[in-house]
Amino acid sequence: MSTHKLTAALSIFAVNFGCLAAGPNLGKPIDAAEIAAWDISILPDGTGLPPGSGTPAQGAPIYAQKCAACHGENGKGAANAAVVGGAALTNGIDTVKTIANFWPYSTTLFDFIRRAMPYQQPRTLTNDEVYEAMNAQTLPKVRMPNRDGFIPRFPDKL
Amino acid sequence: MKNLVVVAGNGLLDRRAFLRGGAALAAAMTGYTLARPAAAAPLADDPWSRAPGTNVPAYGVPSRFEKNVVRTLSNPNGEPRTQHGRTPHHLLQGTSTPNGLHFVISHAGDADIDPEKHRLVIHGLVKRPLLFTLDALARYPMVSRMTFVECGGNSAPLFSREPIQASVQALHGLASCAEWTGVALSTLLEETGVDPKAKWLVAEGADAPALSRSVPIAKALDDAMIALYQNGERLMPGNGYPMRLLLPGWEGNMNVKWLRRLKLVEAPAMSYYESRTYAPILPNGKAYQFYFLQEVKSFITQPSPGLMLKAPGFYEISGIAYSGNGRISKVMVSADGGQSWAQAALHEPVLSKAFTRFRVPWSWSGGPAVLQSRAWDEAGNVQPTRAQIIAVRGQSAKVPPVTAFPSQHYNGVTSWAISSAGAVSHVYA
Repeated sequence: MSTHKLTAALSIFAVNFGCLAAGPNLGKPIDAAEIAAWDISILPDGTGLPPGSGTPAQGAPIYAQKCAACHGENGKGAANAAVVGGAALTNGIDTVKTIANFWPYSTTLFDFIRRAMPYQQPRTLTNDEVYEAMNAQTLPKVRMPNRDGFIPRFPDKL
Repeated sequence: MKNLVVVAGNGLLDRRAFLRGGAALAAAMTGYTLARPAAAAPLADDPWSRAPGTNVPAYGVPSRFEKNVVRTLSNPNGEPRTQHGRTPHHLLQGTSTPNGLHFVISHAGDADIDPEKHRLVIHGLVKRPLLFTLDALARYPMVSRMTFVECGGNSAPLFSREPIQASVQALHGLASCAEWTGVALSTLLEETGVDPKAKWLVAEGADAPALSRSVPIAKALDDAMIALYQNGERLMPGNGYPMRLLLPGWEGNMNVKWLRRLKLVEAPAMSYYESRTYAPILPNGKAYQFYFLQEVKSFITQPSPGLMLKAPGFYEISGIAYSGNGRISKVMVSADGGQSWAQAALHEPVLSKAFTRFRVPWSWSGGPAVLQSRAWDEAGNVQPTRAQIIAVRGQSAKVPPVTAFPSQHYNGVTSWAISSAGAVSHVYA
């Protein structure tokens, strides 16, 4: 086969089979409005936070009713982990991690509480209930005490 | 038996002894489990040889005599907290974990998903957001690979300041290996298109807590899979039926089960599990973040605590080695607490990011011994001794419950002491 003919044959091969590389295309296009109910990811800069707000006075009874059974009065811990307090992390590797002594970003609070709490009825809290005393503008601005307490283990993998 | 060369202290034999010694060695081998006393009477047919057996079941289960080969459950009554089921490595052989014994961690039970109604959405920083049904995914080109999945908290009891007396199942049972089949995630991302700004994707399950983890886009485009099958059959419910994200060699929790959503984003979401749970505290009060890799590791499964050596003689020391960085290149075994080492035989094929079975023949004199294994991977990583990893990572100030997780990502050496009576215990050596 001459070089010319080989090139031509390869071109035909590419034309005929090139389309297969794109895959079966069996996904159904979906728009943001259709995804909205599932789209509950919050980023540390506040991206994804919904409208809503609350006050401490509104939040206290919600906590008492929906959180305290597991997390204790005022978040001090009961059947499940404390959410406030916590020893200095220099006290040893098995220091109990709390929101106050460990969590680097406040947005994780909204993300996790909304998606996973209360344990028996996840995603039943309203956005206002999740925010308690915060809103989409104030929450990401909270600088958590342990923000700079982390070392990426394998930076080359990020 | 003239070819049985002692190559390391306390009776470790050359790994090729089986090839050379052949049947003679096999006949001299002594099993770890107590054999029933040899019959004094002449051989006769047993009842099962004199009548037809039981009906063939539609779905087979192990013999009724194997009832003790089960996972151990941390929360069998389903109290409102995480449930763990651990793999009984000491009762298994080879490299493939039976589906019913694959380890499971479920943070709010196993989701009971109707596959007809399940959907996977890929959106965010893509050119075309797409929704896939299970039927649609089943028509895509499939890929299969053996790979282990290991919880980032597996082996955490070895952070205890004193060795916790427990089985290899309790200590290392949050790791298993299966052949997974599904659709390469890169295939689906070709169809959605990837915005160059996308550096991470956030994976989310359809379980009650909508478990969520951030994954670097490079891993997603490398060897990530939407797994649909496990050892040839559909995924077990506890392993994510009908689909899970499979990230070979990476922290189990990131292999999001019951996967329903992948959102491509510019930055990690700092989800609960990446910013809190799988971020181990270091002795200086800082914490590792984005650990991701399950590093090179090995442990001896036979013998191990709970199994007895009933008499001096020949045994095979056997165990499992694996690395999230690739293939296992070498496993060394010691019977004298690390003073001398023999190279183990590796069962072929040795696959990347998969369990590798290693074996060393051993002539036990009946005296005390301390067994250890140590693995190397093809990337040049060496499994640390316990002293080495504790020097960097610290250890618990107490002796925690065996089911606790005082830290994460322990891949140091495990040591088993053999007493003169043939009992096996967990020691630090």
